[in-house]
Amino acid sequence: MSPRRLLKNIGFEAGLLLIGIPVLLWTLIPIYHMFLFAISPKDAAFSGQLWPTHPTLRNFETVLSQKHHFLNHFWLQMFNSLVISVGTAAITLFVATAAAFAISRLRMKGGRMVMNLALLTYFIPAAFLAVPMYKTMGMYGLLNNDWALVLAMATIASPYAIWILRQASDKLPVELDEAAMIDGASPFQLFRMIYLPLMVPSLIAVGTYALLLAWNEYLYAFLLLSKNTAITLPVALGNFLSADDSPWELLMTAGFLYALPPAAIYYAFRRYMSSGLTAGAVKG
Amino acid sequence: MTATTIDTAARREKSRWAGFGLSERQAWSLLFVAPYVAIFVGFVLFPVGYSFWLARSPQLYVELAADPIFLRTVVNTFVFLVVAINLKMALALFLSGFFLQKRWWVKVLAVLFVLPWAVPSIPTILSVRFMLNPEWGVINQLIFSLTAEDGPNWLNDPALALTFSMLVHIWKSLPFWTLILLAGRLGIPGELYEAASVDGAGAWHRFRYITWPSMSTLYVTCTLLSMIFTVGDFNSVYLLTGGGPADLTHVLATLGIRYLRLDQVGLAMASIVCALPLILPLVYFMMKRLSR
Repeated sequence: MSPRRLLKNIGFEAGLLLIGIPVLLWTLIPIYHMFLFAISPKDAAFSGQLWPTHPTLRNFETVLSQKHHFLNHFWLQMFNSLVISVGTAAITLFVATAAAFAISRLRMKGGRMVMNLALLTYFIPAAFLAVPMYKTMGMYGLLNNDWALVLAMATIASPYAIWILRQASDKLPVELDEAAMIDGASPFQLFRMIYLPLMVPSLIAVGTYALLLAWNEYLYAFLLLSKNTAITLPVALGNFLSADDSPWELLMTAGFLYALPPAAIYYAFRRYMSSGLTAGAVKG
Repeated sequence: MTATTIDTAARREKSRWAGFGLSERQAWSLLFVAPYVAIFVGFVLFPVGYSFWLARSPQLYVELAADPIFLRTVVNTFVFLVVAINLKMALALFLSGFFLQKRWWVKVLAVLFVLPWAVPSIPTILSVRFMLNPEWGVINQLIFSLTAEDGPNWLNDPALALTFSMLVHIWKSLPFWTLILLAGRLGIPGELYEAASVDGAGAWHRFRYITWPSMSTLYVTCTLLSMIFTVGDFNSVYLLTGGGPADLTHVLATLGIRYLRLDQVGLAMASIVCALPLILPLVYFMMKRLSR
């Protein structure tokens, strides 16, 4: 390698590091700051040190054993989040899989219109739909009921889910259906025995998407649920804000714990997520 | 199965649904699409229709226009869309090229980089909020220990507060768009770059004549999509500034909710209706692009 070439290569590697290091700091600082709060004793949390002199797990103990009046229902609220996310994922999968099957495989008349309506819904900014949604949930008598949030989140998640599933489904060869039909399969058998097994990777991607969407949701949760025993944990954390004497270290500890499951789930299904979910957007 | 049995089976099916003028396949497809249609009618069509009806009085718009917060909010939203989205998408385009590099540490970084997007907004945004606290926040502690002077009250200045909201928004959603653009870059055939290298094209020329022409449609689509979503980004503003100080940092997403919390549903809907001229062209454009 000529010296000139070598110099150029070193310059390139240095340039990569000059991008990589700021990106790393930018990404991790808010998360590390949260973690630092969680492992610091109450008074030391504000000192601005990079690592606490006396790291402690006391905050975790306080949160997990619900020993602060802000967190009396920590486990119940965690459980609410779980029920609502799983419910949202289940309903979204059910609704979107069936709709995508009708549109893509059964070539439903008016399927294009349904797809366009779904896309249009996808383009309503979530905070705008929240106002009508809140009013209507009140009319349906669902406020403060887990179902309100599950249905709202499924409404928001299904358009994108249908769109992704329809695209994945369009890629399956049409001969499969024809062969099955000739063998006398009903559309339902087609759905259960051919469509579902072949769609598993996309179904995992869509299910994870809906699950994370519901778990991470704040706005709809805080509008639709308000009773202390009905809210999800993000709403409880948001309620810290309205108090003057908020125990920040506990807030950060609870928030850190709440962030663990979605991060784990995301990494577990990362393979499906990136191929399944980006496929849709890249097409445009 | 013989041809005759298929025939009779088909005829039987036909007669069963013929009364409705439907083939068996169409009947099943209606059944399969019914759950979504029910959700759409119950939780989109009816609520939206009802809300437009609530927002029908012209008086509401007079009232809205007279609210000084509203004008400020429109300006904020506009700044948010133009500055934050374009900055974010340019960064995403740049970083998607960075994450294309084959180094072990770039791969590790790519895994960490997705964290802001994968974890819930509330703890991370509140973490940023605490950093910016004028008395106890780590930033002002640092400023004090370095200069022995008090740092600014970051979130008490509307311009600074809005800037930080935009930064939080970028922090949160940059990974997603970078991944999308990265997928787009991976779809460009490698031979193009090889041929360009043989011809002696430098990095800028490779970007200008290969990467950008292949990516521009995707880039524009992503930018518009991100704008539509960002009009509805409630968390970045509400959790960081709460719309404050003095309601000067609201965007349309938080203003509607503010009115709703004050029990002024009519005003809330009116503020959303006023945003429609802003987003309908974007939506129309996106629909044309995506519903092929």
